[in-house]
Amino acid sequence: MQIYLPIAEVSVNAFLLLGLGGMVGILSGMFGVGGGFLLTPLLFFIGIPPAVAVATEANQIVASSFSGVLAHLKRKTVDLKMGVVLLIGGLVGAALGVQVFNMLRAMGQVDLLVRLCYVVFLGIIGALMFVESLRTIRRSRHQSEGTPPPRRHHRGWIHAMPFKTRFRTSGLYLSVIPPLLVGLSVGVLAAIMGVGGGFIMVPAMIYLLGMPTKVVVGTSLFQIIFVTAFATLLHATTNFTVDMVLAVLLLIGGVIGAQVGARLGVKLKAEYLRILLATMVLAVCGKLATELLFQPVELFTLGAAGGH
Amino acid sequence: MRRLLLILALVLMPVTATGEEDVVAGLSQNEVSITANFNGSEILIFGAVQRFAPLPATGPMQVIVTIEGPDRPLTVRRKERRYGIWMNTESVEVDAAPTFYAVATTAPFEDVITHTEDLRHRISIPRAIRAVDTGIVRSEEFTEAVIRIRTAAGLYQMLEGAVTLRGETLFNTSIGLPANLTEGDYVVRIFLTRDLQVVASYQTDISVRKVGLERLIYTLAHERPLIYGLLSLAIAIAAGWGASAVFRYIRTGR
Repeated sequence: MQIYLPIAEVSVNAFLLLGLGGMVGILSGMFGVGGGFLLTPLLFFIGIPPAVAVATEANQIVASSFSGVLAHLKRKTVDLKMGVVLLIGGLVGAALGVQVFNMLRAMGQVDLLVRLCYVVFLGIIGALMFVESLRTIRRSRHQSEGTPPPRRHHRGWIHAMPFKTRFRTSGLYLSVIPPLLVGLSVGVLAAIMGVGGGFIMVPAMIYLLGMPTKVVVGTSLFQIIFVTAFATLLHATTNFTVDMVLAVLLLIGGVIGAQVGARLGVKLKAEYLRILLATMVLAVCGKLATELLFQPVELFTLGAAGGH
Repeated sequence: MRRLLLILALVLMPVTATGEEDVVAGLSQNEVSITANFNGSEILIFGAVQRFAPLPATGPMQVIVTIEGPDRPLTVRRKERRYGIWMNTESVEVDAAPTFYAVATTAPFEDVITHTEDLRHRISIPRAIRAVDTGIVRSEEFTEAVIRIRTAAGLYQMLEGAVTLRGETLFNTSIGLPANLTEGDYVVRIFLTRDLQVVASYQTDISVRKVGLERLIYTLAHERPLIYGLLSLAIAIAAGWGASAVFRYIRTGR
């Protein structure tokens, strides 16, 4: 069934969109990732204009994060104070990101920027995840030799910073500058790449800020809701690129997929799941990279006239 | 039904006799509505030649039908290899190029009309574009790129031989409008030619509009962007909350 998207102004198969949303939903349920970093490039591949894909994806992430954060609030695994500090950084970052996005759109380089960001981040994350899970599998096979690596505690330069405050839920006494900076960079990414940024924020919170793992996911979801909501509003008011119909279709698929994925995830082994995800991330990254590295068949592209 | 329409068309169309022959025509639809499940539309164009004198002894009659979508400004960009990656470098602004353009003829284009007549009436695809962006496009390459890309997307169509002409009097053709149409008034032109010269022409409009939900969403997004943005967020939050509530109910219900 073809459906005409009023803002993207293209006609797409509705079941394809439901399917994509569902597939990414399954992945996000299985791995606990937002899935934005996979869904946005997939939307590029099926012909949604990148500007619309990025803005709409931000809107869709609001929905998936909201249902996630409800569960975490109930379990009291959200550090609200840390969340608010990250959020302040995030809002500034999102505002900056939308400005950069608009500037590059006028220059005709927005596709390049978005694609470059994806290639770099997907490449890094995919490779890290792949190596990490291979190591876990090897360790579980030779359990006698392997000892679990101890958590490192060298955060000297972070603890030397001023404006220290206590984050009770996380059990940390820390300067507000590092979380502000983490929030800022994630905000910029959210606006430019149309992702929640969880896949960058979660490692940053664990390894840079030293937050306990159990509060990390809830707190990052809490921050992501507000930052992506803000990015959606900015995109809607400055670029008019949020497509409600597209968002709703992806949302329906995503919500159902997430529940299916959560059940599938229990049955499969975590290491193999992660290798699977890493392979997918690297595949998407590779596809985007080849488009940048090899001569395209059509050298010319048409775009709406700039300056408005 | 089609015959009835034809008769209606013959009766209703204003006749302006300029030469010895004139054209009257009708369309299967004067309005195209872009609805949620819009997937392109086939426009049927039919007509007849009215004669005020016996059939002239000159060459055979040919018919050209064109449909032209609204003009829009356009930026054409060219990719080049810089620092090892392919990125946009040069760009050219085109003031206005038709968003859709189709030409259907009874025979190969060069057997239907002369180059000068084509220039005068802006009929072939390159003429239709060049006429509106005179002096803006520096290089031929960029115009050719517009035609190539839009032809590949089905937005520009050259349909030689797609018009059927019966007994030098009745003609009909059908032109497919693709799904990714721009809103606006589409101009339909019909030219009759003899000996490669235009002897009569006719013009009418098709109005292409988003309707219903599509119309509502588009207008809201462009005229009340803040409300639209907030509404999108409200839908997202409601869906997120609703989904977790429904699945919690299902899980605890079992």
